[in-house]
Amino acid sequence: MIKDFVKYAIMFVVLVLIQVLILNNIQFSGFVNPYVYILFILLLPFTIPGYLLLGLSFLLGISIDIFNNTLGIHAGATVLLGFLRPGIANLILSREFIEKGNTPNMKQLGFASFLKYTVIAVFIHHLFLFYAEAFSFEGFFQTLLRCVLSSIFSIVIILASQFILFKNIQ
Amino acid sequence: MRSLLRFLLRNYFLMMFLALEAFSLVMIVSFNNYQRVSFFNSSNNFVGAVYGRFSSFDDYFSLSRTNAQLAAENASLRKQLQRRIMLQDKYPVNRPDTVAAPAYIFTSAKVINNSVNKQFNYITINKGSRQGIKPDMGIIDADGVVGVITNVSPNYSTGLSLLSKRLSIPAKITKNNYFGSLVWDGEHYNTADLREIPFHIIVNIGDTVVTSGYSNIFPEGIMIGTIKKFNVESGTNFYNIKVELSTNFKTVKFVEVVQNIKRDELIKVESNNVGE
Repeated sequence: MIKDFVKYAIMFVVLVLIQVLILNNIQFSGFVNPYVYILFILLLPFTIPGYLLLGLSFLLGISIDIFNNTLGIHAGATVLLGFLRPGIANLILSREFIEKGNTPNMKQLGFASFLKYTVIAVFIHHLFLFYAEAFSFEGFFQTLLRCVLSSIFSIVIILASQFILFKNIQ
Repeated sequence: MRSLLRFLLRNYFLMMFLALEAFSLVMIVSFNNYQRVSFFNSSNNFVGAVYGRFSSFDDYFSLSRTNAQLAAENASLRKQLQRRIMLQDKYPVNRPDTVAAPAYIFTSAKVINNSVNKQFNYITINKGSRQGIKPDMGIIDADGVVGVITNVSPNYSTGLSLLSKRLSIPAKITKNNYFGSLVWDGEHYNTADLREIPFHIIVNIGDTVVTSGYSNIFPEGIMIGTIKKFNVESGTNFYNIKVELSTNFKTVKFVEVVQNIKRDELIKVESNNVGE
């Protein structure tokens, strides 16, 4: 329990720092900005109580907001993701698998399920984020393009991080 | 009452989600204005210190480029000084003007955080109220206009970058002094739109666009960029002008904060006209 707490606390801080110090500076053609910090929400164990899932999602979003001067935008997106996460998991995985209390990483889920899980989650998060940022539907398709391109980058980086962590997946 | 409570408890996940989401939306809306004064932004001391630490590490990689930039700026300033001295020798002023004082003060600062890929980009610098920085001061660098200060903490301040659709800067075309306003197009970090230039005047590609000095934030004649392309939209009386910005927002590192000492006086005089 304590071990888990320490593990997730470190992960939280490291992901926020990687996001604001490194990934926010990766700006391909001023169009693409990957947001990988949501990996924290993706990797929370399935058995986590609802209030903790939403609370941590909000805390994560607001931390990124404070660094980015975008108060509320990331928080809204992460809370939405936290709320939809159980639904996404139910959609992709079997009930027994979830109730066993697994952690949804690539090692446990396998590549195909983890890919589906990540793609849906990242896209929902980015969709909310980019439209909340533009704050209008003016330039609808340009915002959508920014959203899709950034999503692809985020997904690739999240998958790569899992491959690096769990080298011995077949 | 009890059944309501039971309903809320049973659906607490949904209720908590709605509450947090509503809170986020309220924050987005209420802080979504140009002049947001709040504690939670990157000018606050903790966030500023994190960015400052990382930036000092990052600096080593751009040392040679920064040196070249500063040397070029020194050279151009020296050239201006020479011209001034030459003119003074040619037309000596008999009596020094004791009333005139410079209206603008410049404070140098270093950029510790910056972005170009949002719709509203911000810039964080390592000087704050202790060094005399206040909101509504202009930020420029050797190449041109960078932004406007919005939030200040004792040691850091945040500004709205020119790359923000909420910032509009009074600008003019140097060649004929026609003025309009410059707003970022939200697409590329090196172009912006110059609006309100009437189509009966002649503009050319490559014309210089500078600040008009009507904003009481920037002095007159600070470089903004050059005209990249233009056309007349049918049904309007104005040009659609794209300006190529002279500042490279991706590499901006050392900036100067401009303070207009006479700004308060100007605003006071101008506000007297309102309502007449």
